Amino acid sequence: MSEVLRYFRDFFVSLKLTVVLIAFSILLVFAATLDQTNLGIWGIQQKWFRTFIVFQEVRGIALPLFPGGYLIGGLMLINLVAAHIYRFRFVWKKSGIFLTHLGLILLLVGELLSGIWQEEYFMRLNNGETKNYAESYRTNELAVTDTTNPGFDEVITIPQDMLARHTSVKLPKLPFRIVPKVFYPNSTLQSRSADNATPAIATLGAGLTLDAAPQPVTYKQDATNNPSAYVELVAPEGSIGTFLVSTALTVPQSFTNAGRTWKITLRPKRIYRPLSLTLMKFNHDRYAGTDIPKNFSSRIHLKTPDGRDDRDVVIYMNNPLRYAGLTFYQAGFANNDMTTVLQVVRNPSWLLPYVACSVMTAGLLIQFGIHLVGFVKRRRPATA
Amino acid sequence: MKKYFPLIVLAAAVLLVAISLLPTRNVDAYDLAAFGRLPTLVNGRLKPLDTVARTTLLTTQGRQRVSTSEGRSLAPTAWLLDVLFHPEAADSYQTFEIVHPDVLTLFNLTPEEGGGKKRFSIAQLSKGLTELDRQATLADEVDAPVRTPFQRAVIQLRDNVILYQRLQSSIVPPGVDHYLDHASQFATTIPAGLEALKAQRAGQPHDAALTKNLLELSQIFTSLDSLGYLLPIPPKTGMDQPSSWKNAGASLQESLATGRVNPAVVTYIALGAAWRDHNPEAFNTAVHAYRAKLEAAIPARLLKCDVETRFNASQPFYTSMMLYVAAFLLAVFSWLKWPDVLGRSAFWLIVVAFALATAGIATRMWLESRPPVTNLYSSALFVGWGAVALCLVLEAVYKNAIGSGTAGLIGFATLLIAHHLSLGGDTMEMMRAVLDSNFWLATHVVTVTVGYAATFLAGFLALIYVFRGVFTRSLDQKTADTLVRMVYGIVCFATLFSFVGTVLGGIWADQSWGRFWGWDPKENGALIIVLWNALILHARWGGLVKTRGLMSLAIFGNIVTAWSWFGVNMLGVGLHSYGFMDAAFWWLIAFVATQVAAMLLVAVPADRWHSFAKTTAHSAS
Repeated sequence: MSEVLRYFRDFFVSLKLTVVLIAFSILLVFAATLDQTNLGIWGIQQKWFRTFIVFQEVRGIALPLFPGGYLIGGLMLINLVAAHIYRFRFVWKKSGIFLTHLGLILLLVGELLSGIWQEEYFMRLNNGETKNYAESYRTNELAVTDTTNPGFDEVITIPQDMLARHTSVKLPKLPFRIVPKVFYPNSTLQSRSADNATPAIATLGAGLTLDAAPQPVTYKQDATNNPSAYVELVAPEGSIGTFLVSTALTVPQSFTNAGRTWKITLRPKRIYRPLSLTLMKFNHDRYAGTDIPKNFSSRIHLKTPDGRDDRDVVIYMNNPLRYAGLTFYQAGFANNDMTTVLQVVRNPSWLLPYVACSVMTAGLLIQFGIHLVGFVKRRRPATA
Repeated sequence: MKKYFPLIVLAAAVLLVAISLLPTRNVDAYDLAAFGRLPTLVNGRLKPLDTVARTTLLTTQGRQRVSTSEGRSLAPTAWLLDVLFHPEAADSYQTFEIVHPDVLTLFNLTPEEGGGKKRFSIAQLSKGLTELDRQATLADEVDAPVRTPFQRAVIQLRDNVILYQRLQSSIVPPGVDHYLDHASQFATTIPAGLEALKAQRAGQPHDAALTKNLLELSQIFTSLDSLGYLLPIPPKTGMDQPSSWKNAGASLQESLATGRVNPAVVTYIALGAAWRDHNPEAFNTAVHAYRAKLEAAIPARLLKCDVETRFNASQPFYTSMMLYVAAFLLAVFSWLKWPDVLGRSAFWLIVVAFALATAGIATRMWLESRPPVTNLYSSALFVGWGAVALCLVLEAVYKNAIGSGTAGLIGFATLLIAHHLSLGGDTMEMMRAVLDSNFWLATHVVTVTVGYAATFLAGFLALIYVFRGVFTRSLDQKTADTLVRMVYGIVCFATLFSFVGTVLGGIWADQSWGRFWGWDPKENGALIIVLWNALILHARWGGLVKTRGLMSLAIFGNIVTAWSWFGVNMLGVGLHSYGFMDAAFWWLIAFVATQVAAMLLVAVPADRWHSFAKTTAHSAS
């Protein structure tokens, strides 16, 4: 083996590297926790953990500050695997250590997969309302709906990212191109005053009376961003017009083109599933004489189009509904207890942490158990 | 004599505990003890009036004792009776603690005018209450984490004054003349008024004075309902359902519809009049008759109230705290002189203190029907309990008073922290919906708390190593090696429990919020403890640290644990931010400073350590 290779091997299998990586991960977690007061719980995950390098903006320049979660976690994984391959000799005395580290490998992989696969949505249901889709917290989409046929709607959706990148969209199902002109990741809508000198960007719909004003992006846990965009629809024979679309506008805007009626709206990204949920009743109990919540629960009617499921379920704190690869949690309420908000999570790797942690716990128990038995055995002749 | 010393110490400790557990006797003709045991609903929990009196006093003035202007000392229940039925007297008691000088300025008061230079009566404050309210409203608009000490102080005082005023308006509405005299006639005046009202509606002749009186009562009852803090009135049937208990105003509003006055309302009015008129016989008769009625309906609830009142009076954690201090001192002296006699004495004191603390925690669990840890206060009790339990095991194995000494130190420190946390109000709170799961409280919370306890224990053992090694000659090679083994073993234990506890927390989070790990501050705090313990073990295995390095890392574990326990709550973000504290911040800083100082002490070259000075060959390199 060459000198360089040996050097690399010794570096990656060393316990010193392990200790240094643990120290770095402690610093990373600590700094990220403190940063939550600025960025919120979602923001710090992007900045500190789901990245290779943590960048800090200093006067507009992004400077590399610290190794990110992916880098530290990745090196830890390499260190772990390399050390075990290099030093692996199975002896019972070390079975606990082996299991613990196997569990840790699974845990790191599981966290990576969760980061990649996990999607979070919410479902807002008013009393008696039925929905067959959940909505995203953070991603939005431009939905263009052909409502000409009274029997069904044909919906074409375009991800918010394409608007942000100003990508012009031409789809076979659409008789016009969609040309994004302006995009604000967060905004407020303001009424246009009559004496406004600057002409409105929009030429049709709500944008004639409203202006979108850009706002800084918020990371607060209890606040959401309201993106807005100006999009021009261009048919082969010429421009149809420019619309202002925004998640702050609740009602889709209508227009007609070449004998067909369309609706256009910017809305939270939807995930449809072959099941429908109806809110039967939301309960919110408080302790007598106080505002301390005692329990929230939603009685939901679950129905599938194939008719296999047609039953009531109750979702409450610490008791989610797991169905069709999704998990529905009681997350909140609104509207004087007439509306329930369910958190909907899709995470195909949700079982992995459970397996990993069971393996690790077993490993620690075995290892420290071996230590303890050895200790007691050694003490016994001494005290006898 | 020396031989019997441990026995004498043990007997004295047992005697002290026995005395503290004796029932309290009434000082005069009023059966205040029986009154204090009567149940009321407050903050969703049925509790004895004694608890309400004590926790209110702790909240407003940081202690349970009240002294009158003549220097008499009042029991908390007597103070409560004066607040409820003798407002002129109660308003003159100095029960509001104000330490911020700028807040005193709002009232044009100087510290010299206050009891103990910091306690003031509502009568002294009355002129500045409008200004206090204005200042507090201004402070309300500032986000809690960035409030100045002055803003926090005015908000706290405003809340305390409101608490006092609401408590005062529980039975007797403020500003109504001779209310108790009128109220004692409700059983006849209300039905008569209703008759007159019926006649009026039917267009028949009626007594207009009676209907007018009824209308006035209706207004009084509405305001009484909106103000009343206590909910002491049980329903006629279904008393066992705490949610159906009412305050006096709400119950009397019902009476206006039904014409019948709830017997509990009648009782409180009767005993109030008796208290005001200095009539102990009538007072005791009312209390005993009411108690007998309740006894028939809710004996199990009353038993809990009785036990809780006894628990309040005996203050088991206070007694154990004193015993822990004594044990710590005995253990320290045992390292210098008479190791055997003093060491055994210390051990027995720890056993008694631990038994008492165990009984106290068990009583709380039974009262609440909950696992041991439900809030920050009970976590302090349990961290101490767990660490002392481990110390007893160490002491049983090694018999060198190190276990006892550490137990005394940690037991005392955690109970002191618990005492300060108890100043926030009733420590037995109802659980918010998301936490309302005995299964997860019993598994995740208990395991992770034991993990905290073990990490602290390793750190405190290391402190003993350092202090004995540097400042005394008592750390011989055998003791030093023993301490190393202790610290290493406890770190292993801490790793296991903090890891399993953190994982269980992840599973709970997955069950209730839909993610196994969410980088919430409290979760991160627990993770850092696990990582730190793992770091110590790997550094040790890899030979990166030897004895002194191990001790240094273990001491830093104290800082890590203290931050996870209290520091993260101070950030005021995340789903776990239920225990925000301000004053504690400076204590945390001070604690961290002492630990850093101890770590610097470890760095003193080994030949400068008193214990190692003479020996040239030692393992502490």
